[in-house]
Amino acid sequence: MENIIEIKGLHFAYDADDGEKKPVEVLRGIDLDIKKGEFVAVLGHNGCGKSTLAKHLNAILLPTEGTVTVDGIDTKDEDRLFELRQRAGMVFQNPDNQIVSSIVEEDVAFALENLGVPYEEMRRRVDESLKAVGMYDYRLHSPSQLSGGQKQRVAIAGIIAMQPKCIILDEPTAMLDPQGRKEVLATIHRMNREQGITIVLITHYMDEAADCDRVVVMDKGRIVLDNVPEKVFSQVEKLKAIGLDVPQVTELAWELRRAGCDISHEIISEEECVAAIERLFGG
Amino acid sequence: MAILETQELTYTYSVGTPFEKTAVDHVSLKIEEGEMIGVMGHTGSGKSTLIQHFNGLLRPTSGKVLLDGKDIWENKEKIRDVRFRVGLVFQYPEYQIFEETVYRDIAFGPKNMGLDEAEIKRRVYETAHDIGLSEELLERSPFELSGGQKRRVAIAGVMAMEPRVLILDEPTAGLDPAGRDKILDHIRHYHERTKNTILIVSHSMEDIASFADKILVMSRAKLFCYDETVKVFARADEISQIGLDVPQITKVFGELRRRGLDFGKEVFTVGYARDLLLRQLAEREVR
Amino acid sequence: MLRDITIGQYFPGDSIIHRLDPRFKIVMTILYIVMLFTGDNYICLGVGAVYTFGAILLSRIPLKMFLRSVKPLLPFLIITAAINLMFMNSGDVLWQWKFIKITDGGLNTSVFMVIRIVLLIMGSSLLTYTTSPITLTDAIERLLSPLRKIKFPVHELAMMMSIALRFIPTLIEETDKIMSAQKARGAEIDTGSFTTRAKNLISILVPLFISAFRRADELATAMECRCYHGGEGRTRLRQLRSAPRDYTALAVTVLFLAAVIVLGRLF
Repeated sequence: MENIIEIKGLHFAYDADDGEKKPVEVLRGIDLDIKKGEFVAVLGHNGCGKSTLAKHLNAILLPTEGTVTVDGIDTKDEDRLFELRQRAGMVFQNPDNQIVSSIVEEDVAFALENLGVPYEEMRRRVDESLKAVGMYDYRLHSPSQLSGGQKQRVAIAGIIAMQPKCIILDEPTAMLDPQGRKEVLATIHRMNREQGITIVLITHYMDEAADCDRVVVMDKGRIVLDNVPEKVFSQVEKLKAIGLDVPQVTELAWELRRAGCDISHEIISEEECVAAIERLFGG
Repeated sequence: MAILETQELTYTYSVGTPFEKTAVDHVSLKIEEGEMIGVMGHTGSGKSTLIQHFNGLLRPTSGKVLLDGKDIWENKEKIRDVRFRVGLVFQYPEYQIFEETVYRDIAFGPKNMGLDEAEIKRRVYETAHDIGLSEELLERSPFELSGGQKRRVAIAGVMAMEPRVLILDEPTAGLDPAGRDKILDHIRHYHERTKNTILIVSHSMEDIASFADKILVMSRAKLFCYDETVKVFARADEISQIGLDVPQITKVFGELRRRGLDFGKEVFTVGYARDLLLRQLAEREVR
Repeated sequence: MLRDITIGQYFPGDSIIHRLDPRFKIVMTILYIVMLFTGDNYICLGVGAVYTFGAILLSRIPLKMFLRSVKPLLPFLIITAAINLMFMNSGDVLWQWKFIKITDGGLNTSVFMVIRIVLLIMGSSLLTYTTSPITLTDAIERLLSPLRKIKFPVHELAMMMSIALRFIPTLIEETDKIMSAQKARGAEIDTGSFTTRAKNLISILVPLFISAFRRADELATAMECRCYHGGEGRTRLRQLRSAPRDYTALAVTVLFLAAVIVLGRLF
């Protein structure tokens, strides 16, 4: 499969404004390729550089060193900036601070208005996007009448309307309640499955990462683990050392294994855990 | 005697308008002194409205709130004293920070109580220590701190009033696992030292399972249940039905029971599950 | 509670007045104001009143809502009336006390002024009652768009207006939250002496400003991510289309204005 995102030797530093002018290094050499249609979770504790990495994917930030290429466009290419941002859409953490308009459908249309899309096509794409995230019935509502999860779905619709190849979500569920989290996750999984959109999900919730194709773990500006979820979560000690959790079922299996039980260390779902315990008890 | 009690507490928003809505509906409960209580309920269940009655920020439409057996609204002028005795930390409390130094922000509450300088200083240092803020941070601007540190400054600001009841609305929302564990640990230590009553609102059953003696569940403006943690988790199925998540590990043991592997116990923490399984396996081998 | 405040005073509906093109409504409101101020006799005012109440009737919004719109301006009305009463000295003296003289001319003028202002308020309320703030902003942007040629930042102003409208409910909610949080720390906001209250206001304003700046910063990034680059080459989802009814309404308004001008000359 073809790569949609290619990151080579990415370093990023900024000058601290405390007078000393010593640059603060946030990203220290990232190499990462993401394939078309992949669903990748980027995990890491606060301050590990994962949000900074995300901002490099659509040229909100530019590398101090190294290159970032998205769908063949170098993010440093200023002439193709809008093309790039159209192909790699971004959803942020705070649902309130990314909705521009006081009417849902106009917010979804915002990017299309900026891109000068003609009315007929804009109307069609706005309606399709709203239907895709299940918010069509709310198209004339004011965002302030919506729940957090609904607002995030509107934000996603606003991105989908650009018909992007890739969506980067920077902790989209951190401020939501469990219901809202479920809605948003179901929506992005559906976008990935049905429309083949590549998803980069930045999060610190382990259970969200367990459902992905691939998990990339970051610490101190570097990638420390990069594999399928089963393999990543089996490294319980390493994850705990960098301040991350593992799903409860993975932790239980790991604890039992440490106590000498014959149980797989690659358990990440409830079903697998139930089956493994049954096996232990000769079921 | 219960430290905090509600009798048929009811609160209705926007009475007489088309938006009229009963957020808390005839809730009666008693909170004993020194307990650590987890409060659950999904958004709109009335839990936030309920806790704002405990320190008199909201006045009941009908019913009563009793603190130490006395109706808090008996004397309206004294309601500010209730707020010093029942401390409330809101969700994302770091957004209420406004002073130039960490010290002064933590001192805001005690100062409003009219305490003298020496007492204020003692309290600021003590709570900063409780919540894990080092002394050299006290003279820094709170706005230079990390998100997790800011949150702890805000919590300290309420703790420094030394309330007998401390209520925290989702104190770990938006934090990463390390930040979350740190805050919960500090709250636990504070509880051990002061033996004060603590209520923590949380969406995470895993978190609640790790600290709560009792759990209070709100659903659709009504008190769904208020009981010991073990007894509440015994009703895991009903709790899932009202749209709340039970810990993953509880779900696993529920499924095992359905499949005929019953361990006869309610399981809600990983450590407990491990010990239980290892014990059972050992017994089998002996047999 | 702060949340109960409604801004813009828009009453959703689908009456003929609601459905008129907002650009026409703004133009008609301007003509209406001209109409009220050109006519300087009671006959002209009567014509203006017929127009006002006719439009109110068509909007299907209860008359008492319009009377309510006059209420906040009552002190201003009383002062205007009093000034006219005391300082317009023409015609017969009706009553006199020391240097204050009330004449029938003064009485006449003050009654006339009060009626004119009341009509003015009621008529212009009709615009905001039947047009949502966001539509109104949009219509103003389009009416002013010729000014872009002289480098007047029409789009930027309209964008600022609409973002402000979008964030009013959010900031009201936030103020509410911060107020409760500070009250929980014993801040006296609605009780206590004036100085303590003023001091405690800082504990609300500082967090509110910080939060507003943070929001602005995040919103700006989000807008950039969605390819915002000013008004140039923008298309719009909201289409304003004028229908025959808009021209009819405009024609009726012009007729009323003409009538007022003619009647003003005749009497």
